[in-house]
Amino acid sequence: MIRFRHVDMAYPKGELALVDVSFEVAKGEFVFLTGHSGAGKSSILRLLWAGERPTRGEVRVAGFAVNDLRNRDVPRLRRRLGIVFQDFRLLEERTAEENVALALEAIGMRPELIPARVLKVLSQVGLSTKARSYPRELSGGEQQRVAIARALANDPPLLLADEPTGNLDEKATRAVVQLLRDINAAGTSVVMATHDAALVREASYRTIELRQGRLVADSARGAGEDLA
Amino acid sequence: MRPVIRECMLGFTRVPLLSVLSVLTIAFSLFTLGLFGLVAVNLRHALTALENRVEIVAYLLRGTPIEAATLAAEDVTAFPEVARVTYVSADSALARAQAEMSEFREAFRDLQTNPLPASLEVALQPGQRDPETVAAVAERLRGIGVVEDVRFGEEWVAGLARLRRIAGLVGGVIGLAFAGVALVIIGTTIRMALLQRSREIAILRLVGATDGFIRAPYLLEGALKGFLGGILALLLTWAAFALVRGGASDVLVAPVFLPPAVIAAGVAGGTLLGLIASLLSVGRHLRPMGVR
Repeated sequence: MIRFRHVDMAYPKGELALVDVSFEVAKGEFVFLTGHSGAGKSSILRLLWAGERPTRGEVRVAGFAVNDLRNRDVPRLRRRLGIVFQDFRLLEERTAEENVALALEAIGMRPELIPARVLKVLSQVGLSTKARSYPRELSGGEQQRVAIARALANDPPLLLADEPTGNLDEKATRAVVQLLRDINAAGTSVVMATHDAALVREASYRTIELRQGRLVADSARGAGEDLA
Repeated sequence: MRPVIRECMLGFTRVPLLSVLSVLTIAFSLFTLGLFGLVAVNLRHALTALENRVEIVAYLLRGTPIEAATLAAEDVTAFPEVARVTYVSADSALARAQAEMSEFREAFRDLQTNPLPASLEVALQPGQRDPETVAAVAERLRGIGVVEDVRFGEEWVAGLARLRRIAGLVGGVIGLAFAGVALVIIGTTIRMALLQRSREIAILRLVGATDGFIRAPYLLEGALKGFLGGILALLLTWAAFALVRGGASDVLVAPVFLPPAVIAAGVAGGTLLGLIASLLSVGRHLRPMGVR
C-alpha cells in the first residue's frame, strides 16, 4: 500500500524535514507515526497525499508514484485516500451531511447516489441523527467523526490521519481511535500520526517513530529496535 | 441542482452586497461604453445622412447643346462610382435659385441674361464618398470636353471623413479603457471570492476535486455577473436614449438606438468580459493557495 525508499524531503529554504526514511505499509495494516512535534510525521503524511514531493528517494502510495505524479493526476491519487486532520477542516456554513456530500460531488458521483452514501457513512461513524447539524452545533469528537465520515465517503483503501485526537478530550479520543480501529478491521489501511505515547501503547499497533526527520524505530522490525 | 450552479449561486448569496456592487460596477462600466456607443452610432448615422448629400457638380461650357450634355451625362453614368447623373439646364438652375433664394427675387427679375451655366449633378454610390474617390471622379469629369469647371466641396468632404476617423479612434480608446476597468473589477470580485473561500478550495482539493470542478463555479459566476451587468447597462442605456430622444424632437437627424447586433454583442461582450476576468483571476490565484 505504501513504500518509502531512502526518502529525503527539504523545506523550501533547504532545511531537511525528512532524512533517508524507508518503510513499507501493507494492505490492511494500522500504523502509528510517532515522535515529537517537528519530528517529520506530518511531512510523511503530506508526501503520501502529494501535498509535497520528495527531494530524493521514492514514495509510492496506493499504486501511484508520488515522485513522478503529474499535477493533473494528483486528484486521482487523493480519491484513493481518506484524509483527517487535527483541526477537522469542516465547512462551518454547511451541515454535517453537506460536508460529506461535497466530497462526493467533488469526485463526480452521480447526484442521485449521494444521499444514500452520505447517510451510510454518517451511520458508520454514529452520527446519522446529527446529519442536519452544523459543525458549531457539534462537540469536538462529533466534528472529528464527521471529518472521518467525509474521508470514508469514497470508500478509500487507505486512511491518513494527522493528529486526529489532538484537539479532543480523553473520552472523545477513545471514541475516535475505536472508530479508526473499526474502519481498519473492515479492511482499510490506516496511518495515524500522533504524539500521544499512552494512546500508542494502549492500541498496540505497529509504530514508526521519528526523530528530527529520521526514522529511529519501527516496531515491525523488532520491538523497540533502534534504527538511528 | 448541479453542484456547479449551486456553488455559483452560493457565491452570490454569501456576499450579496459585494455581488450586487460588482454587478452594478460592471453595469456602469458597460453603460458608459453603451452611451459612447450610442453617440458613435448616432454620429455615424448623421454622417451617413450628410454624406448622402455629397455631390459633384460639373458646370458645362456656355452654349453646350443638350445633345452633347446628354452624351456627357451618359458617359458619366457609366463610371462605376456614380449612382446617378442629373442634367440641370441653365433655365432650371435659374428657376431653382429663384425659388431657394427668395430674398434676391428683385435682383433675379432685373437680369437681362441668365448668368447660371447648365450643369451635371453627379451623385456617388454609397461607400464611394470618401475624399479620395470624390477627388478622383472630379478629376475625370474635368477631362470631359464640355465641362468647364467642377465643384465638390473638397474641404467639406475631407472634414466629414476626418470627423468620422476621430470618432472611431476616440470610441476605440474609450471602449478599450472601460473594458479594462470592467476586467479589473470583475477580476477583483472573483479574487475576493477565491480568498474568502480558500479554505473550501483547500478541502475540495484534499478530497480529490479536479481543478476544473473547483474553477467552474467561479467562471460561471464571472460570466453571470458580466451578463447581468450587460443587461442592466442595456436598460440604463435605453433609459438615457429615451430621455435624450424626448428632448431632441427637432434635430436634423432623428436619434437612433443601438442596432440589435450591437446590443447582442454588448451583452455577449459583458458575459465574455466576466468570463475572461474570472479565468485570469482563477488562473493566477488558485494554484499558489495550495492545500497545506
